Amino acid sequence: MLHMTVGRVGSLLTRRGVMALTSGNVRMASHGHGVSEQADLSLPMYWDRLDTPLPDKAYKDDLTAADKSLKQKEKGPWTQLTNEEKIALYRIAFKDTYPEMKVPSHEWKTVVGGILIFIGITGLIVIWQSHFVYPPTPHTFAPEWQAKQTQRMLDMRVNPIEGFATNWDYEKKQWK
Amino acid sequence: MFSAVVRLSASGVRSLARTRPCYTAPLASRCYSHGKAETDEEFDARWITYFNKPDIDAWELKKGMNTLIGYDLVPEPKILDSALRACRRLNDLASAIRILEAVKDKSGPHKGIYPYLIQELNPTLKELGISTPEELGMDHV
Repeated sequence: MLHMTVGRVGSLLTRRGVMALTSGNVRMASHGHGVSEQADLSLPMYWDRLDTPLPDKAYKDDLTAADKSLKQKEKGPWTQLTNEEKIALYRIAFKDTYPEMKVPSHEWKTVVGGILIFIGITGLIVIWQSHFVYPPTPHTFAPEWQAKQTQRMLDMRVNPIEGFATNWDYEKKQWK
Repeated sequence: MFSAVVRLSASGVRSLARTRPCYTAPLASRCYSHGKAETDEEFDARWITYFNKPDIDAWELKKGMNTLIGYDLVPEPKILDSALRACRRLNDLASAIRILEAVKDKSGPHKGIYPYLIQELNPTLKELGISTPEELGMDHV
């Protein structure tokens, strides 16, 4: 049963896992490496964060010849740049624009689904346990026994000031 | 200073000038309960001077902008103007556009701040040739 569940959770998590990998390995992707490597945390890193507009390094490290000539043109008046060139310069330095950073992910569905699955598993375990593990219910829980027990408690006047026996009307012989 | 007009924290909008909490200027001032708090004008002047440094380097620009965006306020147009001119001296158009995106994001739910900033910065934007994200179609996905 556990193996089956792990498989179901695994397929849900793959989507999230892929997303985590791609965001963590953005620097690797910009280097064009096919294999995912451990990012070298001792070097300046690039990241897209709303509260850090200018990260430690530019997004693209390897510039094509066109990129390099564009960077040269950037040293002149920016009024001479076309909109496409300006966008290209932005994309060299940055990966996502602010609106792109803010695109909502579907991760919450994975999280809620995972939570519900595990609660469900727990529920199944609890049901199985109550059936197979617990000993038989004591005979003192039977309704007939409970009735006699209640009558005995009333006869004893249990907690007659504020408690149990105050709920019984002894004249009319019924609950208040 | 915009913080005197619009407070961006969750406690709502307060429009009266009051002493600035010490944490908004961690670089140069200490947290005193008895000392003089920095006024908005002093804050603005300090940041304008920072970005106006003629030989500012790329690291200083990044550090300055990231710190400024970390504060609980939207920078005044004059601070942004000197930051954009620093980008020009560093031949960094991408950062200039990024700064505009960042202040729009800092405005949060107050939709009127960003158009005001662009209106105030328009002469500089035209002079330096900086396009706004809207003009480049980068304001939506």
